[in-house]
Amino acid sequence: MLGAELVTQTPWIFETVWLIPGIMAASFMLILFFGKRLPQKGAEIGIAAIIAAFALSSFATYTWISEINSGSEAESYEALPAATAPIGFGSAVVEPIAFAGEEGVVRGAPIITEYEWFSVTDPMQESVAAKSSAPAIGIGTWVDGQSIMMLFVVTFISMLVHIYSTEYVSGDRRYTHYFAFLSLFTASMLFMVLSTSTIQLIVGWELVGVCSFALIGHWWEDKPNSDAALKAFLTNRVGDIGLLVGMIILFFAAGNSFSIEKINQMAVLSGEDGGISQGVLLAASLCLMAAVMSKSGQFILHTWLPDAMAGPTPVSALIHAATMVVAGVYMIGRLYPVFWEGLSIYGSNINAMAFIGGLTTVGGGLLAFVQRDIKKVLAYSTVSQLGYMVMALGVGAYTAGMFHLFTHAFFKACLFLGAGSLSHACHHSFDMKKDMGGLRKKMPLTFATFMIGSLALAGLPPLAGFWSKDEILVGAGVWPGTEGNGTYHIPFIFGCITAALTAAYMTRVIWLTFFGKYRGHEEPHESSWRIRMPLVLLAGFATVAGFLNMPSGFVSAVGLPKSWAHKFEDWVEPEGVSTFVSKAQNGFTHAKPSLSLAIVASGLVLISIAVVWTYYKKLFAKDEMATEYTDGFMSRMPLLATGHKILTNKYYLDHLYTDKIAGTTKGSLAKVSYWFNQNVLDAIVNSAGSVSAAAGRALYKHFDQGVIDNAVNSSAGAASSSGGVLRRLQSGQVRQYASLMFGAAVLIAVVFVFALGERG
Amino acid sequence: MFLNQFLLFAAVLFSIGVYGVLTRRNGVLVLMSIELILNAVNINLIAFAAYNQDLSGQVFALFIIAVAAAEVGVGLAIVLLIYRNRRSIDITEQNALRG
Amino acid sequence: MTDFLNDWGITLMVFTPLVAAFAMMLLPGKPDIIHKQVALGASTLTAVWGALLLFNFDYDSASVMQFGVDRSWIDVVNARYDVGIDGISLPLIALTLFVVPLVILYSWNHIPKPGNAKAFLILTLILHTGMLGTFVARDLVLFFVFFEVVLLPMYFMIGVWGGEQRLYAAIKFFLYTLFGSALMLVSFLALYWLTGSETFNMAQLAELVSTSDIALGTQVLIFGGMFMGFGIKVPMFPFHTWLPDAHTQAPTQGSVILAAVLLKLGTYGFIRIALPILPDAAVEWAPWIGLLAVIGIIYGALGCLAQTDMKRLIAFSSVAHMGYVMLGISTLTSFGISAAIFGMVAHGLITGMLFFIAGSVKDRYHTLEISRLGGLLVQAPRMGWILGFTTMASLGLPGLAGFWGEFPAILAAYNPGGGLSQPLFRVYMVVAAIGTVLAAAYLLWLLQRTAFGNPSEEFADNPEITDASKLEYISWVPFLIMIVVLGFVPGLIFDVADAPVSEMAEVWVVK
Repeated sequence: MLGAELVTQTPWIFETVWLIPGIMAASFMLILFFGKRLPQKGAEIGIAAIIAAFALSSFATYTWISEINSGSEAESYEALPAATAPIGFGSAVVEPIAFAGEEGVVRGAPIITEYEWFSVTDPMQESVAAKSSAPAIGIGTWVDGQSIMMLFVVTFISMLVHIYSTEYVSGDRRYTHYFAFLSLFTASMLFMVLSTSTIQLIVGWELVGVCSFALIGHWWEDKPNSDAALKAFLTNRVGDIGLLVGMIILFFAAGNSFSIEKINQMAVLSGEDGGISQGVLLAASLCLMAAVMSKSGQFILHTWLPDAMAGPTPVSALIHAATMVVAGVYMIGRLYPVFWEGLSIYGSNINAMAFIGGLTTVGGGLLAFVQRDIKKVLAYSTVSQLGYMVMALGVGAYTAGMFHLFTHAFFKACLFLGAGSLSHACHHSFDMKKDMGGLRKKMPLTFATFMIGSLALAGLPPLAGFWSKDEILVGAGVWPGTEGNGTYHIPFIFGCITAALTAAYMTRVIWLTFFGKYRGHEEPHESSWRIRMPLVLLAGFATVAGFLNMPSGFVSAVGLPKSWAHKFEDWVEPEGVSTFVSKAQNGFTHAKPSLSLAIVASGLVLISIAVVWTYYKKLFAKDEMATEYTDGFMSRMPLLATGHKILTNKYYLDHLYTDKIAGTTKGSLAKVSYWFNQNVLDAIVNSAGSVSAAAGRALYKHFDQGVIDNAVNSSAGAASSSGGVLRRLQSGQVRQYASLMFGAAVLIAVVFVFALGERG
Repeated sequence: MFLNQFLLFAAVLFSIGVYGVLTRRNGVLVLMSIELILNAVNINLIAFAAYNQDLSGQVFALFIIAVAAAEVGVGLAIVLLIYRNRRSIDITEQNALRG
Repeated sequence: MTDFLNDWGITLMVFTPLVAAFAMMLLPGKPDIIHKQVALGASTLTAVWGALLLFNFDYDSASVMQFGVDRSWIDVVNARYDVGIDGISLPLIALTLFVVPLVILYSWNHIPKPGNAKAFLILTLILHTGMLGTFVARDLVLFFVFFEVVLLPMYFMIGVWGGEQRLYAAIKFFLYTLFGSALMLVSFLALYWLTGSETFNMAQLAELVSTSDIALGTQVLIFGGMFMGFGIKVPMFPFHTWLPDAHTQAPTQGSVILAAVLLKLGTYGFIRIALPILPDAAVEWAPWIGLLAVIGIIYGALGCLAQTDMKRLIAFSSVAHMGYVMLGISTLTSFGISAAIFGMVAHGLITGMLFFIAGSVKDRYHTLEISRLGGLLVQAPRMGWILGFTTMASLGLPGLAGFWGEFPAILAAYNPGGGLSQPLFRVYMVVAAIGTVLAAAYLLWLLQRTAFGNPSEEFADNPEITDASKLEYISWVPFLIMIVVLGFVPGLIFDVADAPVSEMAEVWVVK
């Protein structure tokens, strides 16, 4: 409705991106109705649809990139006044929007195609005559760097997962439904990604949640699976309270509008300029943060995510690692002005999001240590990495957060699909200690890809994870020479700790699964090409994706063309973010990359890999079937503080890495975290359920049945018992009636005579 | 005038009727007692009509006589039916309407 | 055609079922099939008349009463046969026209014990007339008559074809509702006398009240009478206790009609009568209505969590869902009231569907004890997924109908009209939002216990347990389609209801 008229030379693909979710939705319906009758039970429809969607997304990505590249650079930067709204978050500020090749081009401005879904009279209208200003509830597509990036990622991973699933779940009794829900999931995720209004966002958000419910509970015959599905849905539902309330607050704050564009514009203006005041933004963003925390597994609402691993592995890869769980992060990015302004601690340069993210990233990382289940390790690692993304957005490193989302999708999907391949070989078990070990030789390709994925996740240069992680650490802006804007020491430290932790637990996983001796029974075998092909592709992306956003200093140092530097930033970052100055005067700029930081961070990663490596090497040297030391480092429990010393002091290494770091982390600390997780956080969720059920039962029994219903029944009872008394009069004896009648007549006569008669 | 005598006579008749209704167990006698009550009323009506020189009292009395005839007809029919069904016209035994 | 519809359209629609019911009385009781055919034909014909009306309805002026007929009826009390359709009643008429034929279709081989299709269908048709009449009436006396006409057939449906405690439930339902109606009638009469009007016409009464000088206290009292009448019918907490009993004992068809349409008579009464005629009293009452509504939301949900009987659980969920409808009404904003109208239709479709499923489960398993059920998806996959779909709709999933009744009502509570206390209603908003979580909890719990898992040994090899029959499927699929369609095209109702509702809500706009 807005953009469509303004933008005239928009490439057709940008106005028809609705086709991409549309194709997937159509595929869902087709599979549902006709899938069972087809030779491949509907999988062929799903795969054809997702390939078409991926082709369209790729074309859209290509068009977007070429438009950006042909746009003239930098002019618009100066053209913008310092305190103006970031135009990347809403197109209407700079009008009319011209696209690349025109004079005064604004690169990367979003192309919004919006249609009226339905309209209602403004709830607070002045009069009916003002109906013209009724809030139209819009539905449409929002194309900018961020959504294009998501389109690409979601369709790409979904495509690989579709192919992978044909092998992985083949023969499943609900094969058709599985593919139908994969299609529906992809459709709703894309629908959400392209949201132009908060309503559309909510709809997509919830539909995604339902698909997750259906797919987690795919094998619902077993109660733990349906329990996990319920838990996921309900935890998300708790966050959704925040989503609904937050969106309602924004709706009224932005002058009765569901338009994301308008909300963003008004969020950056101060209260006097007709914008939204800080207090309202704070309330709204806190509510929305609850939604982010539940969907994107932030500490303390993350507990559903590991349980969600009850679903089929490809689903875990697609939904619970690469795409759906980043919906929260995506929403922060989409409503960045709201979150940025709202969660800024007033009068300081500090944004609260950074701390939520920081806490999550360490908390999740620690928990990953004590898992026996390879998928749970990966799940906690997802929690941890999502914390990274939120932290990045919190410290103001928008691009770094989005970039990490991008790279994480590839290597985490790679890892999950790798884990699936392992379990496919090891008679469908995910228990690393019981059923795996020594798979390096038996499944070389899975090993190689899993290795690449792990190293990318650990953030070892030059793999993808390194570049994005590095950018986040740089963005925290406390390392000397990064010229950062904030004083995010704590998040920075958390980020570093997590980098080390990640490397350590991934090394542990690798050792337990691929080294040592095979502990399961039956001979494992390498999986078929339909499983290997996605693995190879994803490993390839996990290797190269990071080069999309190399710092310019690195590019010139290596001698690559200068235009190769920070491409991702050019393509994805909304124009104007770099000049965004907020109300609290804590605008952010791009931090300067620092070579020393990169070296130190990578050093951390290497050290922690080495520590764990040695630990397991010694262990396996002692006993090939062992999975942990049996002589009990628990008895020699070191202090927590030594954990820090170990990293800096090489002298203790030989002694320490067997007992102290690994021991403390693996032992008490992680166990305490996990205990807290299971017995406190989880217990709160569970007891909230049982308490409300008990309250319901008590209320029902004592109040509803006892008081209210009793009142109703007893009034009937009173009527009936008084009838019982009167009933005795009804003797059936005509003579008795007659005597009563005469008695009454006499009484009346007496009254007449004595009371009234005297007057007359 | 001699209104009082009529009223007293009617009152006595009425009281006898009431006594009969309340104490007789025989249905026919109860009906007869009711007849007495009605006629006590009739006497009152006629006495007042004569006293007030107003004919409407006499009209009422005629009306009551007609209704009383009908009532006795129905009443006797009921008594007859009761007798046929129960071989007794003792009204204390007729308590089917007891609540 | 248009002239004909203007004069006769509504009358034909309302009385076709009644005429058919009379005709059926004259036919011999056996064979059943004749009665089924006549009943289905009559309700279809009614739907055709209705469809003609909806088709010829002028949607651009939805706030105007259309196809109005105004004839003298009982002159002594100035009651007139005065009917019409506008944007508020249209969605509900459509709902009624939609539900009843499907219920009759479902009855084709589901006549509950002790049988007697003739009487059962006659009652259904009388109900049909009563419900339609209530929605088209523009005269208070006429409204009252239709409102009460509905009671009797439902009483017999529960009392004759119901479960084990049917007599208790039927009497409770009848007396409770009648008690409210009595107070409502007193209110109607008070309006009539106090305004000194010569009419029971709703619109004219509204005008008279606004110009007359009836003290606010009196208006509040009159509103109170209507509140009892409509509130019991809704039912609002704490007047809801008849509902679980009635629903649990009623035959499937009775439950469906009760949930789908009958409960809406109460909320419709609020929107059609209480609010427009007594807008000032409404402002006084709104905080209390809102309070009872949110208590109902939480309370109904907690009640659901405590249930062990599937049908009783669904009945309690009605208390919670009607709480959203009443919350929407109590905001006194156009968006809130539109949401209430949407919520009524959505609840009618969704809960009606849930009762259908519960009925069919009962037919197969002969029990609705949740702890004994399980594995429905294994034994009857179609019924299982329909149950799953409907619970999703019921818990307010966006993209399905339930969401559009809930979310806008919550939204409207953020900024209520009529100068109502914002902080108070924002508290209501948050409580109502928390209610959505509880709703998800009990519905998913129900779904998990009944549909998921493997069937218990008790029923594992029971040959009686078959999947949905063709007939059931035919009568259910339209419900499912409408739930999806309304979820994706909410404008279907919002566009129609918006104009009349915003015109009504104009009095409460904070200037």
